[in-house]
Amino acid sequence: MRIYNAKPIFIGLVIFFGFATFPFWYNGGRAAPPPEPKLDTPVIQKLEKKECVASKDYMRKSHMDLLNKWRTEAVRLANRYYVSAAGNTYPASLQRGCMKCHSNKTEFCDQCHNYIGLTPYCWDCHIPPKQVTQTEQVAKKGE
Amino acid sequence: MGMKFALNVVLGLALFAIVGVKLLGLNYLFGVVIPYLAVTLFFLGFIHRIFMWARSAVPFRIPTTGGQQYSSLPWVKSSKFDNPHTKWGVVVRMALEVLVFRSLFRNTKMLKREGKITYHWEKWLWIAALAFHYSFLVIFLRHLRFFTDPVPGFVQFLEKADSFFEMALPGLLMSDIVLVAAVTYLLIRRIIIPQVKYVSLPADYFVLFLILGLGLTGILMRYFWRVDIIKIKELTMGLATFHPVVPDGLSVIFYMHLFFVSTLFAYFPFSKLMHMPGVFLSPTRNLPNDTRMRRHVNPWDYPVKVHTYEAYEEEFREKMVEAGIPVEKPLEKPVEQQEE
Repeated sequence: MRIYNAKPIFIGLVIFFGFATFPFWYNGGRAAPPPEPKLDTPVIQKLEKKECVASKDYMRKSHMDLLNKWRTEAVRLANRYYVSAAGNTYPASLQRGCMKCHSNKTEFCDQCHNYIGLTPYCWDCHIPPKQVTQTEQVAKKGE
Repeated sequence: MGMKFALNVVLGLALFAIVGVKLLGLNYLFGVVIPYLAVTLFFLGFIHRIFMWARSAVPFRIPTTGGQQYSSLPWVKSSKFDNPHTKWGVVVRMALEVLVFRSLFRNTKMLKREGKITYHWEKWLWIAALAFHYSFLVIFLRHLRFFTDPVPGFVQFLEKADSFFEMALPGLLMSDIVLVAAVTYLLIRRIIIPQVKYVSLPADYFVLFLILGLGLTGILMRYFWRVDIIKIKELTMGLATFHPVVPDGLSVIFYMHLFFVSTLFAYFPFSKLMHMPGVFLSPTRNLPNDTRMRRHVNPWDYPVKVHTYEAYEEEFREKMVEAGIPVEKPLEKPVEQQEE
């Protein structure tokens, strides 16, 4: 068997395989464990019944869709409240609703968003709640 | 006929995934085993095909070029990139071919008008092909966010640029729409133009249906029947790091999508999709037209045992002279003298 133009063929194949196997060498065979959004904020801990505005399954898959609907309703129809399937009324608002309970943006929202490399544009306009870092917490306890 | 067959095969693949995952619960098979097999087949088949090609000699330049050759006559302008005679000219021609499909750009439509054959400007195929290939590339690269951790900056940038219009949430991606539109055009073109339909084989329709199915399942998963992409990334990262895991609760539409991709990968080296590496190896594109400047020796030439005319005459000179056949070198003595 004779290979014609072996040099360019090999160079081409090496370049192609370099690119094609990118995910295999980029990660170096190590995968970070899947994120676990934390639910242990003071507000959630105080709740008697720990439930969100919708089921966990729905929220995991479609929270962005719900937020988008809330925004449209609030902006276009001035409808600022949301009645959940369980019959409870919640403020249909990211800052006054969601973030009241989930005040830990870095341990909650960012966990999954960072994992899949998403930067939602929520925070282009909205202000995330101030988060007390661990060192500050320790300092406060000492007082 | 071919179209129906191809459509049935793709629908069959979808049904296969549904039955496998929903009824038989073969999540591990569809989530791990088949993707790995498909990728292995892709790489091995790819190399095999390239070496099959590399084994065939390209002895001569094949200048089916669209322009004037260099230095034909001093006052004729040469076409530097359509008919290059240098390596760099070839690089430019190749880049134009690979990046903007230049030979497709020259596509014309032949029509009979007023009893005469006329050629018409026809750019739709070129536009659709460009739209299709580039949107597919963007989608392919965007999917790297499922296979890398941390996600590289260029993937994030691509996603940002793709959802530039910030319509709906999760953000509407332009490439999704462009891909489906372009594939649909390429499919419809095959069906409604009689000449194109006549030359279309099941393999031509199959790829289009498969990619359409791939696109549609992806769009369904993103905008309509949403899936838990954190779990999906857990699976895909498992694949990329060779620690396969199959999380529970992944929807069947995801497995369908994954099975379509696996099919595409496995089928790739045995199909016309090999035009991806093939375009780089096409002799009419990658050979400089220097036939009249360099000597090209046929690579499969072997030393042939020849009998030159000189040797022939040397052997038969006397007989030739006797028979009155002219010779280049006369005999040293005339024939009569020899007889004495």
